[in-house]
Amino acid sequence: MTSTVLQCENLVFKYASSGFELRMSGFCMKAGDTVFLEGDSGSGKSTLLNLMAGVLTPQTGHVALMGKNLNTLSPGQCDALRVNHVGFLFQQFNLLSYLSVLDNVTLPCKFSKRRKHNAVQAAGSVEQAAVQLLNALGMGNCLQQSVSTLSVGQQQRVAAARALIGKPDLIIADEPTSALDAGHQALFVELLLAQAAQQNTAVLLVSHDPELARYCARREHMNCWNAGATT
Amino acid sequence: MMQTLLLLASRSAWSRKGSLLLLLLSVITSTCLLLGIDLARQSAKASFSNAVAGTDLIVGAQTSPVSLLLYSVFRIGQATRNVPYAEFERLEQDPRVKSALPIALGDSYRGFAVVGTKAAYFDSFLYGARQNLQFAQGRAFENYSVGKPAAVLFEAVLGAEVAARLKHTVGDKIALSHGMQIQQTEPSHANKPFMVVGVLKPTGTPVDQSVHISLAGMEAIHVDWAAGVPVPGADIPAEYVTKFDLQPKSVTAVLLALNNRAGVFRMQRELESRPGVALSAILPGVALSSLWLTVGLVERVLLFVAALVALVSALGLTSVMLVTLGQRRRELAVLRSTGAGPRAVFGLLCLESALVMWVGVALGVVVLGLASAALAPWVQAQFGLQLVGLNELGEGLMAVTAFAAFGSLLGLVPAWQAYRNQLQDGLNPKMN
Repeated sequence: MTSTVLQCENLVFKYASSGFELRMSGFCMKAGDTVFLEGDSGSGKSTLLNLMAGVLTPQTGHVALMGKNLNTLSPGQCDALRVNHVGFLFQQFNLLSYLSVLDNVTLPCKFSKRRKHNAVQAAGSVEQAAVQLLNALGMGNCLQQSVSTLSVGQQQRVAAARALIGKPDLIIADEPTSALDAGHQALFVELLLAQAAQQNTAVLLVSHDPELARYCARREHMNCWNAGATT
Repeated sequence: MMQTLLLLASRSAWSRKGSLLLLLLSVITSTCLLLGIDLARQSAKASFSNAVAGTDLIVGAQTSPVSLLLYSVFRIGQATRNVPYAEFERLEQDPRVKSALPIALGDSYRGFAVVGTKAAYFDSFLYGARQNLQFAQGRAFENYSVGKPAAVLFEAVLGAEVAARLKHTVGDKIALSHGMQIQQTEPSHANKPFMVVGVLKPTGTPVDQSVHISLAGMEAIHVDWAAGVPVPGADIPAEYVTKFDLQPKSVTAVLLALNNRAGVFRMQRELESRPGVALSAILPGVALSSLWLTVGLVERVLLFVAALVALVSALGLTSVMLVTLGQRRRELAVLRSTGAGPRAVFGLLCLESALVMWVGVALGVVVLGLASAALAPWVQAQFGLQLVGLNELGEGLMAVTAFAAFGSLLGLVPAWQAYRNQLQDGLNPKMN
């Protein structure tokens, strides 16, 4: 039996300011799952991701990460749990411009002992793990380069390597390909999912582009859940 | 963790080095200002105390202690009355007195004070850590007595700075002026020039800015003067002055060193209550303290202004940090998504302010140290002030440490703001 990575139940979240309401009856991801989540802009994707990350707390229902109910954890514990088990990948601007490619990739291992431990076990050292991931993603030749000299596509690969390092249980990728041109989108998702599959990391791929759904095992749609959207 | 934060803080700061450099400069400037004022203050105090280190009592005509101290030792201001020469002779012969050095003021040489005294001055005057005066060139002037040639009267010994600034050496002839006017077309004592016979080594005291001549020499240049102006038609040539009575009538002040310093208060009381003559006898240390008390207000105003400048620069740092937070939301969001919690971000921003403050203050101390070392000879030459070492600036160093601590503390404000932003922004703030 594979373990449950992420579980959401009967979520209701309402912004006091705008009146926007998000409802979700149930959602579950197990180790190694790949889920494609589509939704139009304004459908509450970001809100949902913030709920899943424990940054927002739902008014009712609960989110459990690695079996732990985020709503009952202190902010500090929640931060620790998140960095230990979840890698994040956003649309753009994922990197710190003042660090080298290698330092950007190893960053999560600086904040999480677990991710550091995993990286050392997998490759001997954190740096070695980063090099291996960057090689696998086709970025092996710019380890010491400043990230500001990279193209957007290259930056996304570096960000992917950072999300993957230290074998998190889940990667939440929020529109990771939107800034890429069409030819590179599919390739990027393939690379990301291949690496994730290799280390048994579940991936939640959020996108408005239905084309990418075929790379994932499961497909979900925001609108199916989000009955209460008022805008 | 701390190591990571320190690395991130320094890298992030380096990536914004342009604006941070300006902030650093303002912190350095404030530090230099705070320390510089203390340096000037302590140097002045040290310098003043050095000048009177060997003097137990200063005796002058009745006046306030501070003004007697200022005119007799520092040649600031003028004496209104003098001490009869007989009084000086009495002091000289007093068995309790180790040395009594007469000081007769009133003339000048190109802005420098002319001091009429006795040859014993060069043996007995002590300054600083009870050091004797030393000659860089030449010798002391001779005491004049009847029967000696007139040339003996017109010998001068220059302080180090007088010689250096006016490029005089032994053998040069100098013409003195009456009074302390700096700008004068014709030296009023041009008819009786003096010959430089010696140049003293630097002392860091007013001795460096003095021209020393004998009391008899001082009498000699005034034989054809009366009531402060030349007697019309009475231009007596230098070689004939020996025909006149050159016995001094009075001196401006007498510097006393006692055999037993414990008797100083008794001696002071005795001198001040001597019937017939109105004398003031002061303890230089006490007079100096009351002088510092008087200038303390100016000192405090200066320090207050320096403190304000420091406050402004610390506030500047804080406000720049607050303003740049807006531009750094993305950077902070990335940090959060990679695992740096709001607390780490709080720490990061605190560190950054602290880094700018402490590095700035440290650099400021170094800059001031180097500047004071480099400028010491010039300050010595220009103002006769010997700069003290940074290690003697206890209060100043404490002030700049407090400044660094205060600035670091103010850094909590932007850090707190960033902490709150992070809680509101979530992991991926929407930016347009």
